[in-house]
Amino acid sequence: MAAVITAPVPAAARSLDWIRRNPTIVIGSAILGLFVAVALLAPWIAADPLSFDPLNRLKRPSQEFWFGTDQFGRDVYSRVVYGTRISLIVGVSVAVIATVIGLLVGVLCGYYRRLDDIVMRVMDGLMAIPAILLAIALITLMKASLLIVIIAISIPEIPRVVRLVRSVVLSVRGLPYIEAAVASGTRSRIIMTRHILPSTVAPLVVQSTYVCASAILIEAGLSFLGAGTPPEIPSWGNVISLGRAFFQISPWIIFFPGLMLAIAVLAINLVGDGLRDSLDPRIARRM
Amino acid sequence: MSGVAGDQDVVLSVRDLRTHFLTRDGAVRAVDGVSFDVKRGETLCIVGESGCGKSVSALSIMRLIPENVGRSMAGSVRLEGTELTTLSERQMRAIRGNRISMIFQEPMTSLNPVLTVGAQIAESLRIHQRLHQRAAWERAVEMLAMVRIADPARRAADYPHQLSGGMRQRVMIAIALACNPQVLIADEPTTALDVTIQAQILNLMLELKQRLGTAIVLITHDLGVVAETAQRAIVMYAGRKVEEAPVAELFRNPLHPYTRGLIDSIPRRTAAGRRTNIRGRLQEISGIVPSLREEIVGCAFAPRCSYAVERCSLERPGLDSHGPAHIAACWEAARVAGEAARAAPQ
Repeated sequence: MAAVITAPVPAAARSLDWIRRNPTIVIGSAILGLFVAVALLAPWIAADPLSFDPLNRLKRPSQEFWFGTDQFGRDVYSRVVYGTRISLIVGVSVAVIATVIGLLVGVLCGYYRRLDDIVMRVMDGLMAIPAILLAIALITLMKASLLIVIIAISIPEIPRVVRLVRSVVLSVRGLPYIEAAVASGTRSRIIMTRHILPSTVAPLVVQSTYVCASAILIEAGLSFLGAGTPPEIPSWGNVISLGRAFFQISPWIIFFPGLMLAIAVLAINLVGDGLRDSLDPRIARRM
Repeated sequence: MSGVAGDQDVVLSVRDLRTHFLTRDGAVRAVDGVSFDVKRGETLCIVGESGCGKSVSALSIMRLIPENVGRSMAGSVRLEGTELTTLSERQMRAIRGNRISMIFQEPMTSLNPVLTVGAQIAESLRIHQRLHQRAAWERAVEMLAMVRIADPARRAADYPHQLSGGMRQRVMIAIALACNPQVLIADEPTTALDVTIQAQILNLMLELKQRLGTAIVLITHDLGVVAETAQRAIVMYAGRKVEEAPVAELFRNPLHPYTRGLIDSIPRRTAAGRRTNIRGRLQEISGIVPSLREEIVGCAFAPRCSYAVERCSLERPGLDSHGPAHIAACWEAARVAGEAARAAPQ
């Protein structure tokens, strides 16, 4: 009996078990991995997304043009492949920027209550403005470029991260082990980094996946409105935006980038949900 | 007061400590003029029921009461001649955990759940003794061995949830004693533990005190703990010290009715009815602790006191000396002593 209980579970069986218990993470990561591979291999698996071909305008999907061509004869497949790069760059950059700044501000706010009063009012103000509107305003103020788009999308995302981090810090701050750390002469900086920061990691990782997904959607939305990524860059939003005029005669121009957009965002959200369930046992629904 | 020669031995001297919290309904006098000395290597107990100001006194000594809760503090706390109340926060940090440490009541939540216990002991050493990671870790393992944790090298890499409550409290003791402080304040260190573990932890603290020469201020509401561990005891009531005496003297000859009440409410095994509890029933002190919001005129214990006379509710009794090292704040101390003496010899 004891032998049965203590028998080590083979590593293969354990990882299989993990996959079985976290199917969303596995499926989501697999799809995301595919997107990353496409983005990295773009120059090898796609043609020039910008080259015009006046003879092959608005061609329907075929052997030669998998996703068809647009009104300038550009290969939609190549544009979608290169657009993957833009979307992933925007998504990841915004997630990183918003998370890092949000974490910093959130921890400081949660720890120093006087700072909190001022900064959180500013954050409330930022949150009151719709993200797309704020981004459009910021982009019209500055010259459109990918960097500006990333910054403009990041700013409205920051308050969401700050709120989350701050709430975690506030709940941890009151725990006796923080008081015990103070009682043993630990400096505030070390208390924040060593004792408080680790508690914010799990919810923050989950939150950053949602930020990433919403950044990709906002970028596409901005480009669609013509206020985002400069039109010479083939982002999914730009492709859809240009295809809008020809929707009735050649729907493939917006169908394929739209499909990719939906799948990418779904995959990121799957990973986020899976991480949330496996990182926070309290809300996990285990079978 | 102790003589000049005795002062050399005093490591911690608290004078007229006052901690009031300013609330919307007025000031709460949580600690209201408490003075005591702790001698090198001794164990001093602070006893009293919930809300009498024991814990707030301890936190005030450590300067751990947050400033933004409307507190007002006064008095003097001297640790080996260093006045703690006027130090900057930075200087105070260098003293906390180094020259004076504190153990809290809750071993379950007083450790950081995401750090190994070894890292948490090492942290204190790295802060105060500037030990390097490796050396601090080795010392942490030594400390774990000292608090009698089996297989310390392996246990140091464990996380708090892997340890039992008693082991966690041992770890807390290891953290508190890592830098060899002069004074260890233990705020109800055994309250959250079950009885068999309580004795082990108390014995461990006393043994380490002997070995390291640390003075212990033990805050408790358990007179059994007082009897077993301390040389001297202070009884607190409603934010004030009401009696102070060597432990044996305190149990033999309690001079404050409150102290008597506390002692009488210990369950005894003597044949029923011998002492004050005639029907063999457990005695209690009737009434509740007074609100600390209102200014108390006279003796705070008077409304619950069976010895109370008119004077008690009009004039506050001072701390008078009744024999060597025995002080009590009661107008009727002589009568209390007399009755106790009459009750005892039977």
